[in-house]
Amino acid sequence: MNAPVTLYVPRDTAALAVGADAVAEAIGQQAASRGLPVRIVRNGSRGLLWLETLVEVATPQGRVAYGPVQPEDVPGLFEAGWLTGGEHALGHGLTEEIPYLKNQERLTFARVGVTDPLSLDDYREHGGLAGLQRALDMDAAGIVAEVTASGLRGRGGAAFPAGIKWKTVLDTPADQKYIVCNADEGDSGTYADRMLMEGDPYVLLEGMAIAGLAVGATYGYIYVRSEYPQAIAVLREAIERARQAGWLGQDMLGRGRRFDLEVRVGAGAYICGEETSLLESLEGKRGVVRAKPPLPAVAGLFGKPTVVNNVITLASVPVILARGAAHYRDFGVGRSQGTLPFQLAGNLRRGGLVEKAFGLTLRELLYDFGGGSASGRPLRAVQVGGPLGAYVPESQWDIPLDYEAYAKVSAMIGHGGLVAFDDTVDMTRMARFAMEFCAVESCGKCTPCRIGSTRGVEVIDRIRAGGADREKQVHLLRDLCDTMLSGSLCALGGMTPFPVLSALDHFPEDFGIQPTEAPARAA
Amino acid sequence: MSRPPTSDLASTAGARGGEQALSTAAASDPAIATAARIAAEYRDLPGALLPILHAIQAELGCIPPATVQTVAETLNLSRAEVHGVITFYPHFRSAPAGRHVVEICRAESCQAMGGERLAEHARSRLSCDFHGTTADGGVTLEPVYCLGLCAQSPAVAVDGRAHARMTPEKLDRLLAQAQAA
Repeated sequence: MNAPVTLYVPRDTAALAVGADAVAEAIGQQAASRGLPVRIVRNGSRGLLWLETLVEVATPQGRVAYGPVQPEDVPGLFEAGWLTGGEHALGHGLTEEIPYLKNQERLTFARVGVTDPLSLDDYREHGGLAGLQRALDMDAAGIVAEVTASGLRGRGGAAFPAGIKWKTVLDTPADQKYIVCNADEGDSGTYADRMLMEGDPYVLLEGMAIAGLAVGATYGYIYVRSEYPQAIAVLREAIERARQAGWLGQDMLGRGRRFDLEVRVGAGAYICGEETSLLESLEGKRGVVRAKPPLPAVAGLFGKPTVVNNVITLASVPVILARGAAHYRDFGVGRSQGTLPFQLAGNLRRGGLVEKAFGLTLRELLYDFGGGSASGRPLRAVQVGGPLGAYVPESQWDIPLDYEAYAKVSAMIGHGGLVAFDDTVDMTRMARFAMEFCAVESCGKCTPCRIGSTRGVEVIDRIRAGGADREKQVHLLRDLCDTMLSGSLCALGGMTPFPVLSALDHFPEDFGIQPTEAPARAA
Repeated sequence: MSRPPTSDLASTAGARGGEQALSTAAASDPAIATAARIAAEYRDLPGALLPILHAIQAELGCIPPATVQTVAETLNLSRAEVHGVITFYPHFRSAPAGRHVVEICRAESCQAMGGERLAEHARSRLSCDFHGTTADGGVTLEPVYCLGLCAQSPAVAVDGRAHARMTPEKLDRLLAQAQAA
């Protein structure tokens, strides 16, 4: 009876932002005053974000979930006997059996929410370092071949095959190469990077170390946005602990190989999520986009061959190495292999992270997982893939989520974030916001983006104002979008037209135009 | 600001008087002394400018224009380059913020959950616009484009601490707490 009961109270920002610290404190106080020994582990988030703060109690049957817990609920939970899994209105039974979680395929997020993010013992006990161990037994080309065979594509949005990028870096001779992790997760509707960095930082470090072995890079940078102070703190602590434990640094796991890395902090510029702009920023400059070629894989950070990958891409590498390329590749459909952590956001009843193999539909995510709108009104539009992603209308919610199928309808899966809107949304306003956001965040290097976005706001304002020449203005807007699509240097100017044109094409009634006016757009 | 005007137009540290000019300036302005210490500490870091600017802002609350030259000289950059970097990034500020900084997310997910109403409420409650500070210098209001809490929209951050599922009433309470502290 005297062995302390273990409780899990997340330390993820999503939990902290709804009072998790106060909940942990209340649990400690209540337990002390009742003379009940407890051990509180601050884990990552399970990703069932509508239930935060989600407290789990370790019982002999497994971990039992309670949520959303407020500090004032804590006495009642003790009275209900939650330390032995007692029933309570906030109880959800065994965490692993909650359908939202049970119906997922968690590969990259296997440990997130389960372990203490900074415990190296937890990490190893839950399969950590197996990938790096295996990579240390392989030659560089072998690791690259494994990643290529897994079908892993860049999870930051562009979906470029990771193995091909790595091969370019491997094949480019240089005295120094770098691994850069793009953790500048600025897209609205996305939080998978943040959850992973806060909930399982070691898997990212392991993925970067494997990438280093694969291409011959000995140093890495994680570029984290300044809006994520908790992720920055967790990563810095994790790096320090990994160094002390001897699996980062001059002699990785005693195998004589070298890899070290550090965290660099962004400064609020959305454009720095674009890889060349990120490299400029790392070099200490304005985050102005570089023209390509040369590719960063050939001449990247400080002019050296550089792998730039998103957090989720790199964090998916350890499981690929540990379980083999085939295991990962067998998830998914067509050329979209493996899993993607979808992020349900906006106006949804059950927002949260759903890691699933490619191939399910938006409707399944919105209703089976998301539970429909939070407001109770009908859902109308879903922006998929961040601020540069298309607004997808209900007629397209049954298209399987795979990169190619989405590209065919001028949409993109991107980073897997989806923001749902109910029927109160004014799509002219969302189209205007897309242009306005582009104007605010443009780096200013190329004209279509710098000037086009401002002109776009003006044109949409004229359309919103109505009047006789509305149709002429719509024509002008399409023309402007065409210029931005074809003439911009990077994805910011080049993809801002996607939300704008999708709003025009799929929701013409909001613009006061006839649906027939919308010409089919060339892909 | 306390630098002799003769050094302002020259482009290299040597021409401006180099180390000696730096130490004279540092002696007359504690902010410059702080910037000089931080810049010296990080100068050998590859791509040192952003870490230096972050460190200066963390210590001084902003990057005072008077420190730009110190940073530039330490890194062998022009003042224009350093100024360009400071002004490029929204996170960096050249003047101190109010005693509290309230950031309100204005991105799509928060808009889907009433973020615009929340933003309007904050503006009228504080009687200041975004990027502005209340008349008593108590609160600076800033927009932010995503705090990564999109499943719990709308979200705000007060003095760097994030709060989700925000309502106008909850925001009022947070503001009252901050202002009382």
